[in-house]
Amino acid sequence: MKTYHCHKIAEGKGEGEVLFSEDPVNFYLVDPKTGVFIEPHHSLSGQCITGKILVLPYGKASSVVQADGMFQLKMTGNGPKALILQAPDTTLVASAIILEYPVVDKVDPAFFSEVKNGDRLCVDADAQTVTKLD
Amino acid sequence: MKLTQEEQKMLDGAYGEGVQLAMKVLVAVGEAYDAPYMVPVTRTHVALSNQEADLWFVEKLVRGGAHCKVSPTVNPGFNIELFEKLTGEMTAEDIEQMQRTRAAYQAIGATLTYSCTPYLQQNIPFFGEITAYSESSATPYVNSVYGARSNREAAQSALCAAVTGVTPYYGYLIKENRRGQALVEVKADMHDDFAYQMLGYVVPEKIGFQIPVFEGLSRPTPEALMNLGAELNTAGNVAIYHILGVTPEAQTYEDAFQGQKPTQVVTVTDDDLAEMQERLSDPKGKIDFALYGCPHFSIRQIHDVVQLVKGQKLAVPLYIMCSTATKDLAEKMGFLEILHAAGGELTDQTCMDQPCWRFLYGKKGVTDSPKCAYYTKRRQMQFVVTSLEKSVEAALKGEIA
Repeated sequence: MKTYHCHKIAEGKGEGEVLFSEDPVNFYLVDPKTGVFIEPHHSLSGQCITGKILVLPYGKASSVVQADGMFQLKMTGNGPKALILQAPDTTLVASAIILEYPVVDKVDPAFFSEVKNGDRLCVDADAQTVTKLD
Repeated sequence: MKLTQEEQKMLDGAYGEGVQLAMKVLVAVGEAYDAPYMVPVTRTHVALSNQEADLWFVEKLVRGGAHCKVSPTVNPGFNIELFEKLTGEMTAEDIEQMQRTRAAYQAIGATLTYSCTPYLQQNIPFFGEITAYSESSATPYVNSVYGARSNREAAQSALCAAVTGVTPYYGYLIKENRRGQALVEVKADMHDDFAYQMLGYVVPEKIGFQIPVFEGLSRPTPEALMNLGAELNTAGNVAIYHILGVTPEAQTYEDAFQGQKPTQVVTVTDDDLAEMQERLSDPKGKIDFALYGCPHFSIRQIHDVVQLVKGQKLAVPLYIMCSTATKDLAEKMGFLEILHAAGGELTDQTCMDQPCWRFLYGKKGVTDSPKCAYYTKRRQMQFVVTSLEKSVEAALKGEIA
């Protein structure tokens, strides 16, 4: 187990496998029925984000579609467990608070070299920690 | 964040759950950006969308007892009564959703303008005024053309600012962050408002999401600037720009870059604009309809269409989206009568990204707006994107070569 410090954006706690996105994310282009990325030419195209801890650079697209995408994933239960951002944007932050997705940013730089896709993580936004579980 | 006693009371729930939720969202946004404190806002605009998350959030605030301190103008949904006359294809669910949206925004105390161009009509800020505007054409316009200060608000964060009367102090509210970054030398022929649509789409590809400073644009119309901002903020996340000698924070080169050097210098040519138009447009050929007003048309733009169709019959239906105030004006000026006689319609209170257009799904239209074409991709509509003049010509003929 190793714990990394982070900064809380939206409260809550989530545990799951980590999935890194190289590209910014628009949740409207994730199929709410399956949790699978349907955006062409995206690094996560065809991958499922359900139950994952999603690490992404930042959000993209208008507030309308971003909030709607996150809303639909919440309703179907196919959304991620928590988000780790590299650079927060107003739209994603507001949507996450309203829809109660735990979100953090400013994770210790070591996290990005030591954690790989598929590792199990616990994100505790309130404690401002990200823990790599064994 | 350091909160005042009053803001802390809001956050603690002293004014009910709705206000508490609104303040919670703003504190989180503020903390994400390391904002030191909140500042009062005196104007707001909410990009109402009449979509699931929008309705869910505003109803949640209303149920929690929230009421706007700074009444926001709001974006269009669709005009139920008008579309009931125009089409039989709206579903009971479509109508019920719009009715709930109307009721919720009325209950929360919004100013029900249902227009995406409040900055030309009902909600005009002054230089330096601190505001919270969502809507992709609105935020760049108030920032750039008026020199008012707004972040690139989400519909939800702007609504939270309207409810609480404050917004976190960060981003474009701070003078240093409004500094021009990249110099864009415009060598293209900018003879009509349509050229500005293409310019707005081309620039983020060349400079990313940096703040552009344009050189070589003289006397753009308000509609040209509306188009430029809408496309900069659709193709990219660019919610502020400067034009040398035109916009208030760029009267001089020195002012525009705040004494620093541009990070990048790029040139935009006629070829760039033509190539972009080619890319954004579906193939030419027969068309089924013409659609305008993304963003909402002004009275001058309606006048231009009316001049082109006067005394003629359109081969396909032509719809122009605008505010109710503009439609009233068009009626008084005789424009609506001419348009009706030609087979056109002014659809006020309406956005193109709404289910009222279901009767056009699967069809091909013509428009002067790349933003219109972009958003309809998920409603199975095709669009030929071209200038106002050429598109009206196409609507008169029923095809475009």
